[in-house]
Amino acid sequence: MATTTTLAKADEGTATVTHAARIEHVSKSFAGPAGQQLVLDDITLDVAPGEFVTLLGASGCGKSTLLNLVAGLDEPSAGAITTDGRPALMFQEHALFPWLTAGKNIELALKLRGVPKSERRDRAEELLELVRLKGAHGKRVHELSGGMRQRVAMARALAQESNLLLMDEPFAALDAITRDVLHDELTRIWRETRLSVLFVTHNVREAVRLAERVVLLSSRPGRVAREWTVGIPHPRRIEDTEVAELSVEITEELRGEIRRHGQH
Amino acid sequence: MASTDTTPPAKDAGDLAGLEAGLDALETQHKSRTPFHRTLTQKVLPPVVAVLLVLAVWQALVSFEIVDDPTKLPAPSDVWDVVHQAWLQGELLGYIWTSVSRGLSGFLLALLIGTPLGLLVARVKFVRAAIGPILSGLQSLPSVAWVPPAVIWLGLNNSMMYAVILLGAVPSIANGLVSGVDQVSPIFLRAGRTLGATGLKGTWHIVLPAALPGYVAGLKQGWAFSWRSLMAAEIIASFPDLGVGLGQLLENGRNASDMAMVFEAILLILIVGIAIDLLIFSPLERWVLRSRGLMVRS
Repeated sequence: MATTTTLAKADEGTATVTHAARIEHVSKSFAGPAGQQLVLDDITLDVAPGEFVTLLGASGCGKSTLLNLVAGLDEPSAGAITTDGRPALMFQEHALFPWLTAGKNIELALKLRGVPKSERRDRAEELLELVRLKGAHGKRVHELSGGMRQRVAMARALAQESNLLLMDEPFAALDAITRDVLHDELTRIWRETRLSVLFVTHNVREAVRLAERVVLLSSRPGRVAREWTVGIPHPRRIEDTEVAELSVEITEELRGEIRRHGQH
Repeated sequence: MASTDTTPPAKDAGDLAGLEAGLDALETQHKSRTPFHRTLTQKVLPPVVAVLLVLAVWQALVSFEIVDDPTKLPAPSDVWDVVHQAWLQGELLGYIWTSVSRGLSGFLLALLIGTPLGLLVARVKFVRAAIGPILSGLQSLPSVAWVPPAVIWLGLNNSMMYAVILLGAVPSIANGLVSGVDQVSPIFLRAGRTLGATGLKGTWHIVLPAALPGYVAGLKQGWAFSWRSLMAAEIIASFPDLGVGLGQLLENGRNASDMAMVFEAILLILIVGIAIDLLIFSPLERWVLRSRGLMVRS
């Protein structure tokens, strides 16, 4: 079963490593029109095995850049990042391959991981069932709705059997109702599979609704400004008063960060 | 599922599944096949009307003696007679087959050469800088220009025909693949890399399938260029031993001042070119685009 293997791997992981991702004093600068521009400044952050962390920040805080570094798509200018195996990554765009059916997209991920051909079909069906898309194996990507596409993308990411799932604003392009449903889905899957999740967003409520820990990044350059541990029990709703109260507090802090930039 | 301690309350899970099923149903579009009579009136009828109109004007030009010289403009019925005679004598299919077999085998050869060449230009920076501009430039060189050197190098034989086809079609096919690869969305490459598709695996599983629409467009153009180049070669380098293809037929008609035969040859060249496109390349292109949702069903 999908979850059994993931659980087994996670348990092995805890025996040897104490973190799913360790970001140590990471800085990143890019060559800009005004010389080297510092995007991330001395970020230190750990994601514990099975932990759900959201990275929150206004535009220009380098949160996507940080996620790319953790994913190994780019190299930090300074500092070190260690992860427990290659992390899975989900984008704001579903990034499903339109030349393959929904099921074959998942099977490609399995194939690239070295899963034998005879097992791929069954594993893909299991993963589709996990995101409640049973029977969608033969569907073309363009035949699916936005929410369904993101769920297939989630199944494809889960097919990597990574201990760490990186999510780069994966629900930002969806309508509010679909997004809310996918929040519930993600929470359910996270709790069933005990994955570690590092979730990037600029939506405060989304951050609070999903995470165990919210990390606020300041902008230009991105620095860890503050952290909150979210103790609200699951299942959470976006309209819960606890969610709302913490969101107000974090939003105030975020506004303060943004306001600083207008002052000079 | 293996989870034991973390299953959310059953009621909540049921709610979520129901909500999700509802959203999926609301947002999924149901498509229906276009009814046959609509395909007929929207797709088949217009070109048929256009062809009939051209034939009517042609017939009128002859009937009303506006062009009163059969050596300049034969009547449609005269052309039909020539075609009919060729059919009765069993020569018609021979002309067509001589050219089509040459054209298609030349095209297949161009495919075998153009595809790796295109891939090389698209993926290796040095190769792109070295021959990329030449490859695009060659597309604007009329392939008829290659006939004289090909005759001198290879003589009057089939190899010379194939050489001309290759010089015409290979740049189109290679360029199609290059522009297909260039247009691959970076998000697919990133997604592929996170899944572990790098290097050759990335090329095979991500880049090539993603570039397929551009590649197929290149194939389509490559066929058009193959066919044109072949006709140019057949007209210029007609030689009895080579067998009579459509190009030679046209040249024979000119030599015999037989305008009906000239028209026969032109029409056959046009019809064969269109037919191959309609039978092979257009369905291929439609299939590629439709399976990716890039073509709206009309």
